[in-house]
Amino acid sequence: MTEITPDIVRDHGLSPEEYERIKALLGRAPNLVELGVFSVMWSEHCSYKSTRAHLRKLPTKAPWVLQGPGENAGVIDIGDGDACIFKMESHNHPSFIEPYQGAATGVGGIMRDVFTMGARPIAMMNALRFGEPDHPKTRHLVSGIVSGIGGYGNCMGVPTVGGEVNFHRSYNGNILVNAMCVGLARADRIFLSAAKGAGNPVVYIGSKTGRDGIHGATMASAEFNENSEEKRPTVQVGDPFTEKLLLEACLELMATDAIIAIQDMGAAGLTSSSAEMADKGGSGIELDLDHVPQRETNMTAYEMLLSESQERMLAVLKPGREAQAEKIFRKWELDFAVIGVTTDTHRFVARHKGAVVADIPVTALSDEAPVYQRPFVSREKKAEAPAYDKTKPVLTSLEKILGSPDMASRRWIWEQYDNSVMADTVQHPGGDAAVVRVHGTKKALAITTDVTPRYAKADPFTGGAQAVAEAWRNLTAVGATPLAVTDNLNFGNPQKPEIMGEIVAAIDGIGAACRALDFPVVSGNCSLYNETNGEGILPTPAIGGVGLLKDVSKMATVAFKRPDDVVILIGETKGHLGQSIYLREVEGKEEGAAPPLDLATEKKNGDFVRSLIERGLADTVHDLSDGGVLAAIAEMALAGDIGVSIGQAVTPDPIPFWFGEDQGRYLIAAPFAQAEKIVAEAREKYITIAELGRTGGDSVMLDDKETVTLRQLRATHEGWFPRLMAGEEIPVTN
Amino acid sequence: MKSAVIVFPASNCDRDAKNALDAMTGKAPAMVWHQESELPDVDLVVLPGGFSYGDYLRTGAMAAQSPIMRAVKTHAEKGGAVLGICNGFQVLTESGLLPGALMRNAGLKFVCRNVAMTVQETQSAFTRKYDSGQTVTFPVAHGEGNYYADEETLDRLEGEGRVMFRYQDNPNGSARGIAGILNDKRNVLGLMPHPERMVDPLTGGTDGRAMFESLIETLS
Repeated sequence: MTEITPDIVRDHGLSPEEYERIKALLGRAPNLVELGVFSVMWSEHCSYKSTRAHLRKLPTKAPWVLQGPGENAGVIDIGDGDACIFKMESHNHPSFIEPYQGAATGVGGIMRDVFTMGARPIAMMNALRFGEPDHPKTRHLVSGIVSGIGGYGNCMGVPTVGGEVNFHRSYNGNILVNAMCVGLARADRIFLSAAKGAGNPVVYIGSKTGRDGIHGATMASAEFNENSEEKRPTVQVGDPFTEKLLLEACLELMATDAIIAIQDMGAAGLTSSSAEMADKGGSGIELDLDHVPQRETNMTAYEMLLSESQERMLAVLKPGREAQAEKIFRKWELDFAVIGVTTDTHRFVARHKGAVVADIPVTALSDEAPVYQRPFVSREKKAEAPAYDKTKPVLTSLEKILGSPDMASRRWIWEQYDNSVMADTVQHPGGDAAVVRVHGTKKALAITTDVTPRYAKADPFTGGAQAVAEAWRNLTAVGATPLAVTDNLNFGNPQKPEIMGEIVAAIDGIGAACRALDFPVVSGNCSLYNETNGEGILPTPAIGGVGLLKDVSKMATVAFKRPDDVVILIGETKGHLGQSIYLREVEGKEEGAAPPLDLATEKKNGDFVRSLIERGLADTVHDLSDGGVLAAIAEMALAGDIGVSIGQAVTPDPIPFWFGEDQGRYLIAAPFAQAEKIVAEAREKYITIAELGRTGGDSVMLDDKETVTLRQLRATHEGWFPRLMAGEEIPVTN
Repeated sequence: MKSAVIVFPASNCDRDAKNALDAMTGKAPAMVWHQESELPDVDLVVLPGGFSYGDYLRTGAMAAQSPIMRAVKTHAEKGGAVLGICNGFQVLTESGLLPGALMRNAGLKFVCRNVAMTVQETQSAFTRKYDSGQTVTFPVAHGEGNYYADEETLDRLEGEGRVMFRYQDNPNGSARGIAGILNDKRNVLGLMPHPERMVDPLTGGTDGRAMFESLIETLS
C-alpha cells in the first residue's frame, strides 16, 4: 500500500493542517483512496470552505421558494402546480484548457443538475468572459467555447436563448464560462437527493466510467501557471447524445414511483454523489466498485471513485423496483447497474475486489469539512469623478460605443445556438431578457444573466448589488415579475485578503439587493482561484434571474414599433461617468466610482414600469445599463429598424447625460396619448420622468443637428464580431 | 388526417412536430419508436428534426438503418405521405427516399436564424395551400444543411417541378439555393427549415400552417 507522504498530501491540494484533521476524524491515517476522496470532497469546488460562512447570510426564502440552496438546483412555484427549477454553474478552468469540451461538459453538467430534480430543461443561458480581443488566445477560445456550448445544447434540443459576453484583459489567462439551465416540472413531482432509509438499492445509470476528469474538482480549486496545459487530461469529454438519452430515460423513470433519491455525478463523480446523498438522507452508503460499468480495463478504486466521466447519475430506488428501472434504461440503450446499498451506519464504504478500500464517516466529508473564516480587507473605494473631453461629438462617440467589444452585436454567437427548438421561445437573444412560454399556457418565464465586473472591481459591494438590480430590471423591462436568482461567484484566490475582501463585499451587496427587491437566492456556485501567475480576474459575481409573465401577450420588447412614438426616460439621470463604457471606449480610462444604487428607487421605478406593461400601456421598453441613454435609444432603433429624433440633453452637460450609467432607469416608447398618461401617472407617484424625443425616420438625429443613419450604426454594431472572428483586423483595445 | 411521428434516439423536434400536428389537426399523432417494425394506420409519417444517433458516422446515416425505416419505405411506396424536417430530411436522403445529400454548411458553423424562402411549386400535398412564388419565413437550425446533388439530378429536380422551397439568401451553401425537395412520386418531402416551429404567431409566425393545412386538405 502506498505510504502517504507530505508530497502526496500536497499534490492532492490539501494543507498539512487539513491532513491532520483527516487523521483525527478517521482516528488513523487514510489510505490513498481515502485521501483522494477527502481531497475532492474538501476541495473549494465541492466544500465551499472559503465562502460557506458568508453565503449563509444570503436571503433564500420567500413564499414562492419551494427549494433553496443545498439541492442540485433551486425550485420556485410559478402557479397552477407548475414549478421552475434552475441553476447557474461555472466551468471556467476546464474551458480555458480545452474550450470545446470544457464548455460542452459545462452545459451537460448544469442540465443534469436540473433534470435530476425531475424537470425538463426548457432554456439555456450563458455568461462568458474572455480576455482582450487581440490577445493571441482569444479567438481560439471564443470559437471553441461557442461551438462547445452549441454542440451540446443543440443536440439536447434545449434552446439557448441568451446570455452575455465581456472582453477584458483580466481574463486573458482565466476565461469564465458560466452556464445556466432553466427547467419545468410539476411542483408535486420534484426529486431530491436525500437517500433516506437503509437497505435500499443504489443504482448507477448512464454511460460507463472511464479515466477522464480525475481530479477535475481539485484542478478547479487551484490557480493556473505556465504549466496549466498539462492539466488537459483532467478535462472531461462530453457526449450530448448519451445525455439526451439519459434525460429521456430519467424522465420516464421519474413518471413511476420507483425513486427515493437521485443525483447526477458531476464534480468528484461517484464520490460526491454517493456521499452527499447519504449525508442528506442521514444514512450510510456501501458501494461495490466491481459492479461499476467501466469503459476501460484495470481501473483502480481510486480512479473509479474520482472519475468525472460525464452523463452518469446515481439513484436510490425502492427495494424491488430494480427490474422496472432497468427495463427503461435498457430501452434507451444506457448502462444500468446496482452498485450498492444504503445503510444505517452513517459511513461511506467502498469495496473493490472483495476488500474494503474506503471507510469514512459520512459527516467527515460534509459537516466536518473545513470552513474557513479567511482574513479579508476592504479596499478603499475610488471616488473621484473622472475628467473627460467635453468637446467630443456625441454621435461619433455613440458609433464607437456600439461597435466596441462589450457593446457590439453578439449575433455571430447566438446564431450558432438553436434558440427556437421546443417552439416556445417568445423572445429571442438580443432583448433585455429571454422569454420562454410555459407550453400549453399563456404564462411565460423571463430569464437573464447579469453582472458588470468593472463596477465590482471599483466597488465589490455595489457590483454585487448592481448585478442583482440589473437582473431584476431586465426581467421587469419585458413585463415579468422577478421571482428568484441563482448566483455564480467568480473570483481570484481567496487566500489573499484583498480578494477575500472582494468576495465578502460582493456577497453582502448581493444579499442587500436581494432583500430590497424581494428576489431570493435559490441556488448557486462559486468559482475561486481564477488567477494565472498571481494575476486575478475582475470580480465577477454573475447573477441569473428568473421572472414570471402571467400573460405573455402583454410582453414588452426593446424594438421601436411605430413612428411618432414619444420616447420617455424613467428614473433620475445625474450623469455618472465613472466606470462607464463611454469612459473606457472613448476616453480610454477605467476610472472612477461604480454608479451608486438606490434600491428603494430601483424598486419603485421598476414596479411602475411593470404595471404599465401589465396594463397594456407600454409595449416598447428597454432597461438602461452599459452605454447609458443614447446606446439604449440606438439599440431600440436598430431592433425596430425605425429611427429617432431626440432633443437636447436634460442636464447642462450633454456627454454625462447621454452616456452616464446611472442606475434604476428605463426607456419607454409609446404613442402620444399613452405617453401623456404615463407621464401624468409618474408625476403623481413622484417618479422622475423626461420626454426625450420622437421615433421616426431612418437615422438617429440629435437636437436637429447631428445625424447618424441606422444603416451606418448597424454596420458598425453588427460588423465587429464577424470581423474579429475572421481575423480581419486587430480591434483597438485599451 | 391520421399521422405518426417517428422517434429516433436523440430526435429532439419530435415533441414540436407532435405539438404542431396536435394544434393543426386536433388529433394527437402516434409517436412511434424507431425499434418498431410496423407503422400504425396513418396518412402521414413525420421524420422529425434532431441529432439521431448523435450525428455519429454521418447525419441521418444510422437512423436510416432503423427497423422502422423499412415500414416507412413501404408506406412511401404505397403512396403514403412522408415529411422529413431537418434531420428527417437527412434520414430521407440517407435511406434513398430522396436524391442527393446534405453536407456540412458552407460556413462550417451551425446556423440558427429565420430564413426567407420562395415557394417554388404548389402542385403537391404539402404546398397546395401556398401561392406559387410566395415568400415564407421558417427558422433553420442545422450544421449540415448544404444540399448537394450532381448537375443532372439537379436539372431533373428543377425540370420535374420537385424543388419546392428555395432560399432567398442561402444560409448554408446549398446547390441552387435548394431548401426542400420532393420525390418523383410527389408524396415524400424533405426540407431543412422548420415549418413545425411556425404555427403560432407568439413564437415567431404562422408561415408553417399552410403546409399542415395542405396535408389536412389532401389526406383527410
